[in-house]
Amino acid sequence: MSMMKIPETVPDDIIEDLFVPELVRESRSEEASTPSSSPWKDAFRRLRASKGVVLSAILILIMASIAIVGPAMSKYSYDEQNLAHSNLPPKIPGLQWLGFDGKDRQDTDVYQQRNVDTAYWFGTDEFGRDLWTRVWKGMQISLFIALIAALLDLFIGVLYGGLSAYYGGRVDSAMERIIEILMGIPSLIVIVLFAIILEPGILSITLAMIITGWVGMARIVRGQILKLKVQEFVLAARTLGVSNSRIIWKHLLPNAMGPIVVNVMFDLPTAIFFEAFLSFIGLGLQAPLASLGVLINDGFKQMRMFPYKLVIPAVMISLILICFNLLADGLRDALDPKTKK
Amino acid sequence: MNRPILAVDNLEVSFHTQSGIVDAVRGVSFSLQKGETLAIVGESGSGKSVTAKSILGLLPKQIASKRAGKIIYEGKNILEFSLRKMQALRGAEISMVFQDPMTSLNPTMTIGKQLMEGLYRHRKVSKAKAAQKAVEMLQMVGIPNAEERVNTYPHQFSGGMRQRVVIAMALACDPKILIADEPTTALDVTIQAQIMDLMRNLQKKTGTAIILITHDLGVVAKMAQKVAVMYAGEIVETGPVEDIFYRPMHPYTRGLLQSMPRLDAPRDEPLIPIPGFPPDLSHPQRGCPFAPRCAHVMKVCNAFFPLPKETHNGHMAKCWLLDERANHRDRLVRECREVSDHG
Amino acid sequence: MDKSSVLIEVNHLKKHFPVGKNKMLQAIDDVSFHIHRGETLGLVGESGCGKSTLGRTLIQLYEPDSGEIIFDGQKLNSNAGVTERREYTRKMQMIYQDPYSSLNARMTVMEIISEGLIVHRPGLLKEERRRRVIELLELVGLSPKHVNRYPHEFSGGQRQRIGIARALAVEPQFIVADEPIAALDVSIQAQIVNLLKQLQREKQLTYLFIAHDLSMVKYISDRIAVMYLGQLMELVHSEELYRRPLHPYTEALLSAIPIPDPRLELSRERIVLQGDVPNPITPPSGCRFHTRCPKVMDICSTVQPQFTEAAPYHYVRCHLYGSKEVVACPE
Repeated sequence: MSMMKIPETVPDDIIEDLFVPELVRESRSEEASTPSSSPWKDAFRRLRASKGVVLSAILILIMASIAIVGPAMSKYSYDEQNLAHSNLPPKIPGLQWLGFDGKDRQDTDVYQQRNVDTAYWFGTDEFGRDLWTRVWKGMQISLFIALIAALLDLFIGVLYGGLSAYYGGRVDSAMERIIEILMGIPSLIVIVLFAIILEPGILSITLAMIITGWVGMARIVRGQILKLKVQEFVLAARTLGVSNSRIIWKHLLPNAMGPIVVNVMFDLPTAIFFEAFLSFIGLGLQAPLASLGVLINDGFKQMRMFPYKLVIPAVMISLILICFNLLADGLRDALDPKTKK
Repeated sequence: MNRPILAVDNLEVSFHTQSGIVDAVRGVSFSLQKGETLAIVGESGSGKSVTAKSILGLLPKQIASKRAGKIIYEGKNILEFSLRKMQALRGAEISMVFQDPMTSLNPTMTIGKQLMEGLYRHRKVSKAKAAQKAVEMLQMVGIPNAEERVNTYPHQFSGGMRQRVVIAMALACDPKILIADEPTTALDVTIQAQIMDLMRNLQKKTGTAIILITHDLGVVAKMAQKVAVMYAGEIVETGPVEDIFYRPMHPYTRGLLQSMPRLDAPRDEPLIPIPGFPPDLSHPQRGCPFAPRCAHVMKVCNAFFPLPKETHNGHMAKCWLLDERANHRDRLVRECREVSDHG
Repeated sequence: MDKSSVLIEVNHLKKHFPVGKNKMLQAIDDVSFHIHRGETLGLVGESGCGKSTLGRTLIQLYEPDSGEIIFDGQKLNSNAGVTERREYTRKMQMIYQDPYSSLNARMTVMEIISEGLIVHRPGLLKEERRRRVIELLELVGLSPKHVNRYPHEFSGGQRQRIGIARALAVEPQFIVADEPIAALDVSIQAQIVNLLKQLQREKQLTYLFIAHDLSMVKYISDRIAVMYLGQLMELVHSEELYRRPLHPYTEALLSAIPIPDPRLELSRERIVLQGDVPNPITPPSGCRFHTRCPKVMDICSTVQPQFTEAAPYHYVRCHLYGSKEVVACPE
């Protein structure tokens, strides 16, 4: 550091009295200079320092809370039809300048024309259902799917991978074979089968995810545990007579937590997209239920006449996917600073 | 004295890291004569590897944020060389042997191809000539059945054999300087002995100057004619190998020698460790960097950095104990003074 | 020799690891020795010779294939009950090589050192445990202020001290130190070795000190065992090993170690072994060292030599010292 620049020559006024033995302070070099910080706190600090992470975390929070309270803010439910109010463009009083002015593409005020006095914030579809309610209902579905994916990852994936690696040997090879079989089945086939047996909907998507959704996580956890369990601190715990469950909970899992968290975060957008994709091609949720995929499919058919029907759900799903991805990316950098150069 | 083949003058290198700027090398100067072996000794983080890597320009620009000083090779400051000029120099004029023979060879290329690569690039020889030279090089480093082994892959060699191949690669273009960064640390003692013998014999044959980077004073005693002891990014003592081992002037060098058990010393001779641990270079302190661990520390040591004090035969140390004003009653001071007076 | 002074006795220990189909890595083969109470036995050998496996088998991290380990007059038995097993695992602890991977990065110093106390002295109150950890920190030369810090805030030497405190927490009698200084800087190595010596005096500890650095082993050990490809080649008092090595491998090993003395190095005659250590999956027939031995005889490639007492208290596995006649020392 430049402020520490050492003078090149000793000033003449260094007098001999500086050349006396200094009392050696024993503890001086033993003291660490920085205050104690746990690895988790360090990671959290790095996380907070990243603008993208903070922004996407805030956006996800906002979207999640509107998804919960949003449908209740409108007086219409998501499946309430009102043909008199069909195909109304979005109108938010006070936000006209943003395009939410209730005018169609010919710049005629549809609300005035049809004499509608309620403002539909995101407009209505061809059956006159309130799109605001439907979009946030769809967001609820997306977040629910994300939650399912996270729970599956954490409970089945971590447990399966952890047990497989910790016990090793025969147990491990048997469990590995099962995973290989599961990975061999394309998830689209599974979902089609469930859609035939049950019917397309949230239940069959969830069941399909239960069968295959946690496999990637199980593999990652298995790799981590295999790597960790031969490390010397685990051997040390074993020579101290520490029990298996304590080794797993105190030694193995906390050290594998970084990759686990990051992988969960990367799995969330994948799961959200999976559901939207299935709904889009008609294998997922069915009308009148709303999911972002269903809404995009509806809007896509009338893209030219009523672009708002496509644009609003498309923006929503893009936003949530981008936010989750940014958050996951930031988490990876924060939890494993070595990979970032 | 002849003109040195390589002269490093006041080299400074800093890194940007998570914990701030680290001054890894803080004003290092040394010179290397033709055919001689200079050992740079130091602990981890003393800056010895960074010094070596900056000679070859191997430090990435975005990490090594600051570079100052000069590295003069054949009259030119190679620190200012462009990447292309540097690449022409690497391997041909100055080459390097790394610590880990397991990772310094490309596992998907045959040994012969890897040996010939440098020859094509730097010496522009024909394919047949290069292949012939590759076999010769392998024979020179003592690999049996060299004609067959040129066509094998690195995984078919043991650690010691790989290090021989690495040395053959480094010497293929007859470089003037070989930088060996802990070349024997990853090897077993019996293999280390083989590699050291090999390097010494090759040096006699080719006249290559060697910069040997190591932490093992035993290896230094066997290989080097000149020694530079690094501590906290600076050379604290340098000189001919006999002076360093028999007449050390710096308390750190003395400490190192006293803290190593010798195979030929009786068991009851106590080891005198150096207390404390190496300084954190991201928080440099005033004065001598060794002061917090030094048993002879004076007030001046914590205030000012000591100036180099040199005797006539090139033995230099940076320590306030060598100053006339230091207390004559201290035994170490007396001994050091004797060394510096009689040289 | 007085039987009660022996703390640990190993007879014909064997440990092979399966590698691939029908192949066995012969990590330890027919190893016998004993260690007295309060003694340090040094174990040297090149990488892959099985010295770490031997240490880990002694402290029950690995199950031996055959042979017996008698600890404190009691034969260690894999069928022993949980409490019995816990008791003798407590008495034998280990200090590890890598100061970075041997401490759990997610635990504080307090948690790391007190883990053994939680297992073996569950009745201890939290406050007592804390006091005990602080005592241990002071014992290994660390400041009690560090008790709530995490391993990444310490240097290599300090981490090794934490590892030593962790082992001492359960008051062991026997400690296997598996290359405890190999990863440390030269100036720190002596600190740790001196600490180990001081602790041995204060706590009457018995050490098995595993290393590849013969000079440090010689300094700390009372007796030294030299290992090559899974077998002990020589076992003798450490001064004697240096002065009168009997086995050609020991001779070569000693002469391969560079001494920090340039004049001596210039004049030293050196035995440089040719070739590399053979693969422990397919060790050479007869004497395992015969492929590299400078004094190889016809018998060496066919008959495996026995580990015999060639001179008083001087054990060696070599045909040069067959039967009982003691060959004049090489000097």
